[in-house]
Parts: sequence; structure tokens; C-alpha cells
Amino acid sequence: MTDRNIDILVIGAGPAGLAAAIAAREAGITSLLVIDREKEPGGILRQCIHNGFGLHRFKEELTGPEYAQRDIDRAAELGIPIECSTMVLSVSRDHLVTCVSPVYGIQRIQAKAVILAMGCRERPRGALCTPGTRCAGIYSAGTAQRFVNLEGFMPGKRVVILGSGDIGLIMARRMTLQGAKVLACVEIMPYSSGLNRNIVQCLQDYNIPLLLSHTVTDIRGLHRLEGITVSEVDQNRKPVPGTEKHFACDTLLLSCGLIPENELSLGAGVSLSSATSGAIVDETFETNVPGIFACGNVLHVHDLVDHVSAESYKAGCSAASFVLNRHSEDSYFSVMDGDGVRGTVPQRIHRNVDSPVDLMFRPAGVYRNCAVVVECGNIEICRKKAQIFTPGEMALITLKPEHLRNLDENILTVRIERN
Amino acid sequence: MKTMSDILIIGAGITGCCVARELAAYHASVLVLEKESDLAEGATKANSGIVHAGYDAVPGSLKAYYNVRGASMYSGLCASLGLPYKQCGALVIGMNDQDRETIEKLRLRGEKNGVSGLRILEHDELLSLESELNPAVICALYVPSSAIISPYETAFAIADHAALNGVSFRFNENVEAVHVQPDGLFRVLTSSDEYLCRVLVNCAGSYGAQIHNQLSDTKLEMIHRRGQYYLLDRMDHPPFTHTIFQCPSSMGKGVLVSPTVHGNTLLGPTAEDIVDPMDTATTSEGLSEVLRKAALTWPNISVRSNITNFSGVRAHLATDDFIVGPCDSCPGYYEAIGIESPGLSSAPAIAQDLAGIIADQLNLSAKSDMVPCSVLPVPFRDMNTEEREKAVAADPAWGNIICRCETVTEAEIRAAIRRPVGARTIDGVKRRTRAGMGRCQGGFCMPRVADIIAEETGVSLPDVKKGSGDSFILAGSVESFLKGDTAYDRSEY
Repeated sequence: MTDRNIDILVIGAGPAGLAAAIAAREAGITSLLVIDREKEPGGILRQCIHNGFGLHRFKEELTGPEYAQRDIDRAAELGIPIECSTMVLSVSRDHLVTCVSPVYGIQRIQAKAVILAMGCRERPRGALCTPGTRCAGIYSAGTAQRFVNLEGFMPGKRVVILGSGDIGLIMARRMTLQGAKVLACVEIMPYSSGLNRNIVQCLQDYNIPLLLSHTVTDIRGLHRLEGITVSEVDQNRKPVPGTEKHFACDTLLLSCGLIPENELSLGAGVSLSSATSGAIVDETFETNVPGIFACGNVLHVHDLVDHVSAESYKAGCSAASFVLNRHSEDSYFSVMDGDGVRGTVPQRIHRNVDSPVDLMFRPAGVYRNCAVVVECGNIEICRKKAQIFTPGEMALITLKPEHLRNLDENILTVRIERN
Repeated sequence: MKTMSDILIIGAGITGCCVARELAAYHASVLVLEKESDLAEGATKANSGIVHAGYDAVPGSLKAYYNVRGASMYSGLCASLGLPYKQCGALVIGMNDQDRETIEKLRLRGEKNGVSGLRILEHDELLSLESELNPAVICALYVPSSAIISPYETAFAIADHAALNGVSFRFNENVEAVHVQPDGLFRVLTSSDEYLCRVLVNCAGSYGAQIHNQLSDTKLEMIHRRGQYYLLDRMDHPPFTHTIFQCPSSMGKGVLVSPTVHGNTLLGPTAEDIVDPMDTATTSEGLSEVLRKAALTWPNISVRSNITNFSGVRAHLATDDFIVGPCDSCPGYYEAIGIESPGLSSAPAIAQDLAGIIADQLNLSAKSDMVPCSVLPVPFRDMNTEEREKAVAADPAWGNIICRCETVTEAEIRAAIRRPVGARTIDGVKRRTRAGMGRCQGGFCMPRVADIIAEETGVSLPDVKKGSGDSFILAGSVESFLKGDTAYDRSEY
């Protein structure tokens, strides 16, 4: 058995893990390691061959693999070791990481700090409790994306997409371009959970109907999918009898939400937020377990990889500070979700913070011409106006250190003020 | 081409597999025909997985007799095959005085059937045993000998042992007609072939009556009774450690809440009579019924961690008892019909009896060189660090985790395909290894499992199936689609 001692171990070599590792190295950490279960680094970007990545960060439109390659190249330049085909089996509270790979067998790695960057998984059919048969032809959108883009095979010919998450929208266009017929995209909510640009470019441009306030209520087919029933839903998301539409299709793709992959985090004693399903962190992205940091989609599901990279870079810097003993004292503000706001990250902020803090959250609904307000007790400390908020696009408000000075209360509330 | 065998068994569910294994101990050629693509594809893969103690069946019935006898065999059977068996005990809970009367009756019935250790527990003791239990519970029948197993994994291991001892299994062989030839041999016609045999054994599950009615003077009618379930994710502390039954009452039979041997929680089943035994769809009505009823046992019920819903179809006879043994009006024809609950618990005992009578009739001699069953290797997820280290050192495929939710390695998936009666489909690998049984439902591992199946069985990826029939996972290559090529255009929906 190999036993190693290192300063920082990063779990996951997707955009989050790579950015965090690059930041840590740039901050002066030489003893660090990135591990990933896949054969190559890059994470889910490897199968995202469409463009639109990097508009914020690089001011150009890259494909997923191109975006990932920039970080992989930078990591190589900095001499950051990445061990692939390595699966982490457990992380302990005191940073002992056990992993396995075909080449090195079982390894136990003791790190001074651990950065969790495992990403997320797609919500499967079981979580939706959709009735019907359990035939072939029902896949999560990401699984279908892997088949088409990495393996070169088409899952089917006549496709319905349940859920309007971004991967589902992207796959609607991808399947269409590859010669399949996409009959509809069905969304249970009265609004899409995907980016507006994807609704335009992936559905509208190809005349694929988006059925809002609809869901799949039956699945038919003994062996391979033969058809589905779609029903309208009422305000409580319950199907309305008499509104059934039948689609003959051989494929149903699910794009019904992403779930941060936090089984390892739980094993390490990391507390999770019920709003984000990710770790509860402070503005340095440190979890409740000292020296364990979380960033990217394992922390909260992002819309844009650019934001993942930016967040993870900060997490990498914080982990480096932790190792280099520049950690600040522990007196915090708690950040709470107020009206119209869900899943604000970070959930805690050091009172003596000395650099700006981005508060990221999901609007709970579609709101027009309103403002996001941060309050401490009765004192409004920050306000930002916006024309529209939708749950499909993560919202952000930046707090400056001076906003947080001279406050008596310990609770910051983020809310959306509607007219 | 006509294939001749001494004994032909129709159906590779738990009963057919157990009978085949018992007969493998004798010098005789044994063939099992199965209409699906794998073992255990009917009721065996979709039931509650309980080894019932035997308090429920009417004293004197075959159900009572075989249940108690079969249940007593499981612990040894599972140990010898390296299968999970957990004597978790059961509680039949009562919420009112009428239930208390029923529970008292069940206790007496159980004692008559020879079930030991039955006791009636009161409210306080129950809540200290099971803290998630509805506090309105007043008493319960405590059944210490009730156990849980993995029904399909049990069938796989038993079939492997049969195959190691010469039994042949043929899949995708749907028996369309059976009759007796003038020479006394049975002629069995399937969709694609023809078989002859001296002895025919009907273990056809839902299709038992259909086979019976072609050979016997008496006619049977099978009632297909569907049961729907919820299967919740594994938890470090599952809500219940015992199998919790609701008291049968005028309101119906109720549903159970039970741990599984793998740490999941099972809720169900419903009981709906349906027309087509292949109709294993779930329905919104059925699933709501399970939730509504299970909430009586478990008021804090949460299905947020639901992994999957499924349903199975029980082979119910109007007489409400098993039919086991030779058929009077058709010499050489044997049957096990109506093997619904407690069929799983009863199967090993039913098989012992059937094989015994058949061996007598054919005057078979026992083999002296029966190959012992090979105990299944410990799964990677159950190994300690040292064992894992050794396994990877011996074969690097043990270090390649394919299913991350259930921690299943490439080595285990390859081994599942190479078993005596090996996996050929995504579902076959899933049930043998648990790859794809976890919270992501195969979202990550399914394409990788498909690659391994294609490689191991020498087929191309688009020929890999999820299960039976035309359940192909893919429609063709990206190139063939762009060319409008119909190379894999198998069917138009």
C-alpha cells in the first residue's frame, strides 16, 4: 500500500478541480495532486462538444474540450500532477483520502487540505416516480450525450425530452442535427430551467415545441420504448385529467435537474445545505470541516463553466492560505435565503473579510423589474437592480468589505424585492 | 433440429432453477427453457425478497407445508452459495382491537404451522425496536425467524451450480405448444425450435396454467396479480431494521416496509388483478396507493431518495394454494403451479420433493461426483482494505471502478458475464453485480457496462440489449444516421 503526505489533494479534474489546483500552485503550494476517476482530465466538458463556453472568462466562444484544454495546458505548464483512472473511496474528517486505481492499487494519501470538486450527477427517472414500463430507450440527457459525442452512437430516432435543463436543450439540437426527430421538450414548471440562449438556439431554431406546465404521465413499451403520454399539470404540478397527449417515440431523454455528488463529502463529516444539496461553506469555500473546501458543481449547480472556474480559483487560493497558515479567525455572519431567493452560497462570511464576496443564488421564480437586497437586521447594506430574474440563471450580488463593517447583527438576509 | 433430453423444465425462475439444481445431482440430461433472455425475469426478480416464517398460510395447505420447510433451508443454502441472507425478523403491526384479534389468530396459526419464537409485543417495546414506527401502533406479532434474501441473486447462484453439474439453459425460447407423442415422449415446440423429453416439469410461473391445460384433463385458470413497489436508496441507518407487515383486515392486506439485504428500503406491493402477465408497468394510482398505505406504518415517509419503481406479477390460483407434484392424467408430467407468495420461501422444498419423485420414476442414480457450488467472490464494496489491495494486485481490473454509486469494479462485471449462466444484458449485469442499481440508476456506468458486454460477448455496441426482446440500448452509429443508412433499422415504432 502506498502512503503519501501532501499539502493539497484535489478530488476531480474537471473545470473546478483544475482551476482550484492552478490557483493553489500559483499561490505557492508545490506539494499537490489532482485525482480523477476518468481516463483523462476535463470532466464533463469532454463530452460537451458544442460551443458557448468561455464567453466571460476568455471573451471567446470555445467548445467544452477546448475550454478544458486551456486549464489542462496551464496545469501541465505549472507541473501539477494529475492521476487519472483513480477513484476516491473515502475521505476522512482529518483529510486521509483512500483511493483505488488499476495501476497503483489502493493508495492512502494524507493531505493538509482537501478540495472537493467532484461535480454533479443527473436526476434519474426513479427520483421522478414516473409510472409506466421500464423499457430500454430512457436515458438521462448526459448519458445520451456521452453515447453520441464520445462513443459515436445514437440512442434513438424519435425523441421526447423531459425537463428543460441545459443539457436537455443542447441534446435536442444535437439529436436533431444528427438526423433524429425531436418531437417535444416537456417542462413541468411554467418556465424553463435552462438558459434563455439555449431555448432560442436549441429549440426555437429547430421548431421543437417547448411544452411548459406539462409532464410525462405514462411510459409504454415492453422491451424498447414505444410511446409516452404527456399531460398538462395544475398549479400544484399535478396532472390534469383529460389533457393527455400521446407521442410515439423510441427515446425519452431526462433533463430534470442536477444533484451535487456529495457522498464522499458526507463521509468526511461535511454538512450539506438542503437548498443547494452542496456543502455549507464560508466565503473562502471552506466547509464546516477545517481544511476541506468545496467548489464547482459539487458545491452548487452552476449554469456557466466560467463561473465554476472563477469560484474554484478562489477556493484553491483559500486552501493554499489554509496550508500556509494565513487563516483568519473564525467569527462569522450567517447568510440566509429571504423572499424569492434559494440556495445562497456562501452560507457564512468572516466578519473581518478583506476582499469582495460574491453571493450566488437561484431566484425562486420569474421576477421582472426588481432588485436583490442584502440586509443585516433592519439595515440595508447592498442593493442591485435587475430587469429579470429566472430560476434558470444563477444570480449574483457582490458585497464589498466596507458593506460588512460596523454591523451589530450576525445574520445577513438576501431577498428579492418585488414592486 | 430436435433436441432430446431426459428432463425438460419450462421456466428459469426460482422454482425452475431449484428443480434443475436438485436434478443435477442425478445421472440424467436436464434442459431448462426460458422465454426471456435471462434467469429470474418473472416474479423472481420483482417480489419483496422475504423468506416468510410461515405464520400466514392456512394450516394443512401446501403453502404452509412448503413455506416452513423451504424457509428452514435458506440459511444453509445461502451460506453454501456465498449469498446474502439476513434474519432481520418481522413485525405484523396492529392499530386497533380488531387487529389485535387478528394478530392473536396469526400467532396460533403460526404455531400450528410449526413456526417458533412467535410473540406479541406491545406499544412501548415496539417503538424502542423501531423508532420510525407509527406511534398509533398498539401491538404486533413478532416473528424472529423472518428473513430477507436477494431473490434473483439466489436464482443466479442456484442456476450456476446446476449448470456446473451439466444442466443446460436455453433463453429466448418461448414454449408455444406441448403434447405427448405416441411413443410417450413429450414434444415441446418453441418459437424457434423443437424439443423432446421423457419427463416434463412445469415451472412456468404466470404461464403455468397455459402449459397445464395442454396436458391435463383438469383445466386451471390463472389470475395475474400485479404488485407495485418503491425501492429507496441505501442509507447508513435505514428507517426500519425489521420487515414491517400491516395487519390483514377488512381494509385489505396492506403493504410492507422492509430493509433489503443491500441496505435499501422496499415499500409495497399493491395487489391488482390484470389481464396480461407481461404488463409489469407501474401506474400513478398504484404508486400512490403504496405511499398512502406505507405511511400508516411509517408516518415520516419520504421517497425523496427513491431509486426506482417496479412491479411484479404473482401467479395466483383461485384455490389459493400451490399445485405441486405429478399430474394424475398425464404420466411423466410434473408441475409447480400457483407459486406466488410464499413461493420464494417454498421453492427449495418444492424442488426437493419434485426432484425426488422424478428420480424415483425415472429410476435415476445419484452422481457420486457432484461438482460443489463455487462460492461467489466477495464484492469489492464488502472487502476490507487489505483484501482490496490483494485483489487489485492480482488483477488490475479490480482497481477499475465502473459503477460509482455501488462501487462495482470491471473485474466483477467481467466475472458476471463469465459465470456458468452468465449475464448477456445490461439488466443481467445489473442484477448480478449491482452496477446501475444505485442512486444514479446507471447514468454514468451504463455506457461502460455496455462496452464490456460488447467486448466479452463479441458483439457490436448497438447489439447490446437492456434485457429481453428488442430492448436494444442504441439505434445505430452516428454515421449511419447521417447517411440515412438503415443498417440498424430494426423496427419502426
